Amino acid sequence: MSLDTFNKECDTPNQAIDGAWLSARGLFCERDERILFSNLNFDFFPGDIVRIAGPNGAGKSSLMRILLGLSAGFDGALFWHGQDMNKSLYDFRSQLLYLGHQVGVKGGLTPEENLAWFNPKASQTQIFTALKKVGLAGFEDLLTHGLSAGQQRRVALARLFLCDKPLWILDEPFTAIDKEGVAELEQVVINHAQNGGLVILTTHHELNVPVKTVMLGTQESEMPLC
Amino acid sequence: MLMALLKRDLLLAFRARGDLLNPLMFFMIVTSLFPLAVSPDPKLLGVIAAGVIWVGALLATLLSLDLMFKNDYEDGSLEQMLLMPQPVMLMVLVKVLVHWLVAGLPLALIAPLLGLMLGLPNGGFQPLVISLLLATPILSLLGSIGAGLTVGLRKGGMLMPLLILPLYIPVLIFASSSVLAGVQGSSYTGHLAFLGAYLALTLVIAPVATAGALRISLAR
Repeated sequence: MSLDTFNKECDTPNQAIDGAWLSARGLFCERDERILFSNLNFDFFPGDIVRIAGPNGAGKSSLMRILLGLSAGFDGALFWHGQDMNKSLYDFRSQLLYLGHQVGVKGGLTPEENLAWFNPKASQTQIFTALKKVGLAGFEDLLTHGLSAGQQRRVALARLFLCDKPLWILDEPFTAIDKEGVAELEQVVINHAQNGGLVILTTHHELNVPVKTVMLGTQESEMPLC
Repeated sequence: MLMALLKRDLLLAFRARGDLLNPLMFFMIVTSLFPLAVSPDPKLLGVIAAGVIWVGALLATLLSLDLMFKNDYEDGSLEQMLLMPQPVMLMVLVKVLVHWLVAGLPLALIAPLLGLMLGLPNGGFQPLVISLLLATPILSLLGSIGAGLTVGLRKGGMLMPLLILPLYIPVLIFASSSVLAGVQGSSYTGHLAFLGAYLALTLVIAPVATAGALRISLAR
């Protein structure tokens, strides 16, 4: 897409729209001489559920890592609350909850200890309540590596009930979770958005609520979302 | 958050006691093989004791460095740590502290015993323990840079020692010569002062370098 059409469709090429939490302007990413996306623009507002979609290898995780600031291999600008991301990194990270492919749960610790590390301020009661909500009541003091893959992921998902961070970035949160669990998790995501949070996720699961979709790896990725 | 990390890592280390003992066992095996292989003559052993103990301690530290970030990298906790609002270098400092507590300090504590076994002359014990206490943190700090740079590599096993051994050489020279000076009855404060200065330097530079190395390793 040429710069002209870009300017026509996006009124503010070099700054974020007022009120937007996370914005991107002209994102470009290339991996192994393959362009994953170019000139990607979006503005995400509080209350949004954003789904990053696309076929395998389309660059969903790459885009997430760029948003998180873990990957430097991109061009373009990112804004957090209208401020340049590089200048507001502390603010961004203190409001962020991220769950990746590897969820960061330690096999050598119990679920309770795992959560206590992520949320040092949480009381034991709060942690137990969160574990109960993800169906792990009674497993609090067993070592996590003895639990099943789905249960280990649920330990990480319990963080969603513990934290008060407004921005959630979830990479394939429904992996290895059973049907009822997925439905509950979906509701948690929806509640968070309705309470004024922002959720960005990748999933192949269809959500039952209107979501903003960033489509990668197809024609639609050329369409700016702002 | 940093206290929570310290507590978590010490707990994890305590639960994996077997892994912790490996470097210590290695240290003891290496030093106890020398009398068998070289000569049981106490005079000769007394001369080489300082060098043997120090080379053993250095190799034992190298052996344990791999564990500093590897597990956290594989289960995703390292990613979570980099995404926390706290500066990464402070977390690196905590990780280094834990590594020193579980891998460096035990070496310094057991070294006098091994010195006794090798017939280290009396004057050498004090500089041996002081130099180990001063220099094992240096080994952990410098090692964290190598561990951070190679954590994302599948076959980084040989690369890390190659990267950090040149930085270890001054430590080895000054530490073992301080013991030698002690054995000969001359003053060894100069050697220890150098080790102290090197510790101060690495304490300032290594966490920053390791934080940068980790960021590069995770920016796939």
